[in-house]
Amino acid sequence: MNLQKRLWRAEPSFRLLAKLIRINWLYVLLICALAGVGYGALYSAGGGSSHPFAGPQAMRFGFGLIMMTVVALLSPRVLKILSVPIYLAAIALLTLVLRMGHVGKGAERWINLGGIQFQPSEFAKIALVLALSTWFCRLDPKKMGNPLRLVPPALMVLLPVGLVLKEPNLGTSVIIGVIGATMFFAAGMRLWQIALLAVPLPFLGKFVYAHLHDYQKARIETFMHPEQDPLGAGYNIIQSKIALGSGGMWGEGYLHGSQGQLNFLPEKQTDFIFTMIGEEWGYAGAIAVIGLLGLMIVGGMMIAMLCRNQFCRLLAFGITIDLFMYCAVNLSMVMGVIPVGGVPLPLISYGGSAMLTMMFGFGLLLSAWVHRNERDRPREDDAG
Amino acid sequence: MKLPFRGRQPSRLMPRREPERPSRGVFTRRALIVLAAQVGVLGVLGRRLYDLQVVQGDHLKELAVRNRTSRRLLAPARGVINDRFGVELASNKVSWRAMLMPEETTDIKATVARFAEIVPLDERDHARIERDLRHVRKYVPVGLKDFLSWDDMARIELNAPSMPGVLIDVGSTRLYPFGPELAHIVGYVAPPNERDIASSTMMALPGMRAGRAGIEQTQDALLRGEPGSVEMEVNSLGRVIGEINRVDGRQGDGLTLTIDAGLQQQVIGRISDQSASAVVMDCRNGEVLAMVSTPSFDPSLFDSGVSHAQWIEWTDNVRTPLINKAVAGIYPPGSTFKPAVGLAALKSGAISPEDRFTCPGYFDLGGARFHCWSRWGHGSINLRQALMYSCDVYFYQAARKAGMDPIKAMANDFGLGVKPGIELTHVRSGMIPTPEWRQQHGHHWNGGDTVNAGIGQGFVQVTPLELATYASRIASGRDVQPHLIRRVNDTLSDRTALDHAALLDVDPAHLNIIRGGMFDVINAPRGTAPKAKLDIPGVQMAGKTGSAQVRRVSRALRESGHFNSMSLPWEERPHALFICFAPFDAPRYAVSVVIEHGNAGADAAAPLARDIMTDTLTRDPVNRDHEPGQTVAEAGWGADVPRP
Repeated sequence: MNLQKRLWRAEPSFRLLAKLIRINWLYVLLICALAGVGYGALYSAGGGSSHPFAGPQAMRFGFGLIMMTVVALLSPRVLKILSVPIYLAAIALLTLVLRMGHVGKGAERWINLGGIQFQPSEFAKIALVLALSTWFCRLDPKKMGNPLRLVPPALMVLLPVGLVLKEPNLGTSVIIGVIGATMFFAAGMRLWQIALLAVPLPFLGKFVYAHLHDYQKARIETFMHPEQDPLGAGYNIIQSKIALGSGGMWGEGYLHGSQGQLNFLPEKQTDFIFTMIGEEWGYAGAIAVIGLLGLMIVGGMMIAMLCRNQFCRLLAFGITIDLFMYCAVNLSMVMGVIPVGGVPLPLISYGGSAMLTMMFGFGLLLSAWVHRNERDRPREDDAG
Repeated sequence: MKLPFRGRQPSRLMPRREPERPSRGVFTRRALIVLAAQVGVLGVLGRRLYDLQVVQGDHLKELAVRNRTSRRLLAPARGVINDRFGVELASNKVSWRAMLMPEETTDIKATVARFAEIVPLDERDHARIERDLRHVRKYVPVGLKDFLSWDDMARIELNAPSMPGVLIDVGSTRLYPFGPELAHIVGYVAPPNERDIASSTMMALPGMRAGRAGIEQTQDALLRGEPGSVEMEVNSLGRVIGEINRVDGRQGDGLTLTIDAGLQQQVIGRISDQSASAVVMDCRNGEVLAMVSTPSFDPSLFDSGVSHAQWIEWTDNVRTPLINKAVAGIYPPGSTFKPAVGLAALKSGAISPEDRFTCPGYFDLGGARFHCWSRWGHGSINLRQALMYSCDVYFYQAARKAGMDPIKAMANDFGLGVKPGIELTHVRSGMIPTPEWRQQHGHHWNGGDTVNAGIGQGFVQVTPLELATYASRIASGRDVQPHLIRRVNDTLSDRTALDHAALLDVDPAHLNIIRGGMFDVINAPRGTAPKAKLDIPGVQMAGKTGSAQVRRVSRALRESGHFNSMSLPWEERPHALFICFAPFDAPRYAVSVVIEHGNAGADAAAPLARDIMTDTLTRDPVNRDHEPGQTVAEAGWGADVPRP
C-alpha cells in the first residue's frame, strides 16, 4: 500500500499500470469466450469461411477490446463529467437519425458516420445508463421520496424511448424503458411510487398498441398465429423453431446445420444466429452459450454489488441489465416466445455498432470494478 | 472545547448522514431481486429451448428434412404404339424449344426482341412470355418458343452471343408417322387440361400429354407409364444445390395393335377421295386389320395446337373428317340386313329354307304398296335365291311372318344394333327397332314398319364396324368381338387365339343357306354383285350388297320411269354398302364397306370391297406358302366351318 502510494508519487504512469492490473481479467476472459463463440458461429454462417462475417467481426472485436480497456481506466470523476456530453450526443444522434437515417428492413435506423454504419439507439442505451448513474449517485436516497427529484431522470429515460419509438423500433424502445425502470428501482425508488406507477401501465400499453405501425401489429399477430402465414411474416418464427428442433440434443454438427447452411434461416448471421448455434451444436451447445451469458450477467451483478460507491454500482448494474435485456429479448424472439424485433445477441450476432457499444459498455463495467473502492463524495446539498 | 470539533468529529447524527450505507443495503437487496429475476428468465428460456430441441425435436426435424429436400417428378416417356408387324404408329420424337434464363441476361426485353427477330413470335407468344417472366423467379427458365425447326435452331445457335440467357431445351413430342391414315384409330394427344391435372398430379409435369382420342385416349392409363423422381437438396429460395436420389420412371406400355398399317394404306388408296369407311376384320378372332374412314385429319396438329381456321375447316366439312365413320357413322343397312332377317325367319320357324314366295315386283299391305327393286319381280323363289337376287318382296314377307322381336334378337346376336366393345372413343351403336321401342316414343308401330325393316330400311340403323362384325359372325358362326389391341408389351392378348369365341346359337344348316345365298350374290350368273368376284385362283368370296335410301322415293317418280338416283344431288343419293367374307370355303377375312351417297352397293361398294379383299388376301404372309392348285381349305389357314 505504501509502496504503491510511493510509486504513484514517483511516477504517475504507475497508477495507470496499477489500474490495468486491477481490471477484472476473469471477466475479460468471459467476454473473449463469448466473442469466440460468436466467431465460430459467424464462421459457420459464412458457409465455413471467415468471409464475409467472421473476419470483419473479429477485427471489430479487437478494436472493441482496446476501447474497452481504455474506458475501463477512466475514473468515475471523468465518466461523470463525460456523461453529460455523451447523453446529449446520443439524443442528438437519435434526432438526426429520425431526419436523415437509412431505414433497413422497416425497423432499424442507421446513420452513416464517416463510412461506418452506426445505430444510435444502441449507443443511447449506454448513454442513458451513464447519465442515470451520474444523476442518482448525486441524489441522497432519502430524497428519493420526493417525486420532484425523480422527474428529471424520468425525462432522461422517456426522451430516448420516445425518439426510438418514433424510428420506429419498438423492441429497442422497450429495452431502453426497462433499463431505465430497473435503474430507478435499484437506485432506491420508493415502493409506493412503483405501485403508483404500475396502475396506469396497462392503459399505457393499450395506448402504445393503438399507435403501433401496421407492420408492428402484424408481427404481434403472426407471433400469436405463425402458421397462418407460413411463407410471409410467420416464416421467421417457424423456420427458427424448425432449425432449433432439428438440432436435437447434440446438434447436426458444426458447419453441418442443414437449415442454416441452406439459407432457410432468415438473418442467420445477425438476429437469428442463436438458431444456427442451436441447430449445429444441439441443445448441449445452446444451453452452454446461455450458461456463459448467465455467468456474465451474474458476474456483472456481483461487480455491481461489490462496489462501494453508488455511481459504480448503478453503472455496473445498468450495463448488466443492458446485457441481460439483449440476451433475454433475442433468445425469446428466436424461440418464439415474444414477437420478432431487431435485437442482436451481444458479441455473437454480426454487426458493428452493437459490438462496439457493447464493448464500450463492458469498458464501463470494468471501470466500475477498477474504481469500486472509491467513496462517494459528500454532496453540496448534504453539507448543511 | 468541544464545539469547534463538532462538525468534524463523528456525531450521533453521522450514521444517518452517511450516504453510502443505507443506499448500499437497498441496492444490494434490490440488485439481488433483479438478479434472481434474470436468472429465472434465463432458466425459463433454457427450459423452453429444451422443449423445442429435445422434446419436439423429432417432429421439428421432420419438418426440417421436408424443408431441405424437394422431390421432383420426371415425366415418363409415353408408350409406343405399333401395328401388328411392328411398324411404329405413334412414337416419341425429341423436340427442341428455346428457353430464356432471366438471371443470365441484363436486359430481358432486348433479348426477347432480338430473339423475335430470329424466330418470329406471334402476339400470343409475347403475352405468354411476359406473363411467365412476371411470375417466375429469376433462375427459372421461361419458354420462348416450342417445336423449333432445324433452321430455327441453327439461327439461334449462330446468334447465341447476341442473346445472353437464351438456351435450347430438349423436350418430347408425339410422332405419328402415318398421320391422317391412322388418325381415327391411334387418336392423338394434347397437353393436359385442368381436369387431367386434377385427376392425377403426374399430369402436371412438363412434357406430359393426355390422350384425347382413339387408342391414345382409351389406353391412356397404360401408355402414360410411371413417373420417375429426383430428390434434390434445395435452399430456401428453391435453388437446387445438389441431387440426393434419382428414381427412373417407367415408360408407358408398348402397344401392338391388330392393325396392318400397310393394308390400311392400301385400303385408303382404293377408296381414294370418296367419303367412305371400310373395315377389314379377321373373322376367326375379331382382330381389326384395317379400319378406314375418309377423309381424315392430321393428328400431330393437336399437340402443337390447332389453328382456328383449321378447326372451322374440319367441322364445316360435310364429309366430317374428324368423325370416325367406321364406328360413329350411322347408316340404314339396306339389303345387307337381309341375311339377318332370313336367319331370324328360319330360326323362328316362320319359314323353312325351301319355302317359296312369289315376287310380282311389289307387295301390298293394307292400302300401301311396297316395291321390289326390280319392277318386273323375281317370280317364285326360295331363301337362297332371294338372297342372290336381293329380292325385296321375299324379305317383306319373311319379316312379316317372323315378326320384329326375332329379327331384333338375331340382328343383335350378329352384332347389329349393339355397341361394339372396341378400344376406341366416340363409338356409337346402331339400332334395331321394335314395336315396344316405337311405343316408348309415343308412336304406333305399323305393319309397314316391319316390312321396311325386312329390307334394312325405315328405322334400322347400323355402323360399318357392326356390319363387319356381322359379316365375320356369318362367316365363322362364332361370337367374335372386334378389337384392336393385340399385344401389351410382351403379353399377347388372349383374344388372338383362333376360335376363342363361342359358337353362336344358330343352326349351322341355316347359316350355310345364308352363306350359300351370299356366295351366289357374287359367283352365280344372276347374282347382284358379279363385279365383286375375286380374281384369285381357288379363292371365292361371298357377300351382300346394300343400297340405303336417305330419301323416300315417291311413287310418282318411280312410275315415271325416269328415276335415276345418279341424277340426285350428292347429299340425297343412297349410301352404297357391301359386306363380304373370303375365302368362302374356309373364311378368314370379313370386310364391310360403306360409301356415303355412293348410290348402288353393287356398282360402287362391291368392286371396292373386292379390291380390299384382294389386297388383304394377297398381303397375308401365310398365303405365300399356298401351293398352286391347293384350295384354301386344304392349305389350312381359314376358319373351320361346316361345308355346305
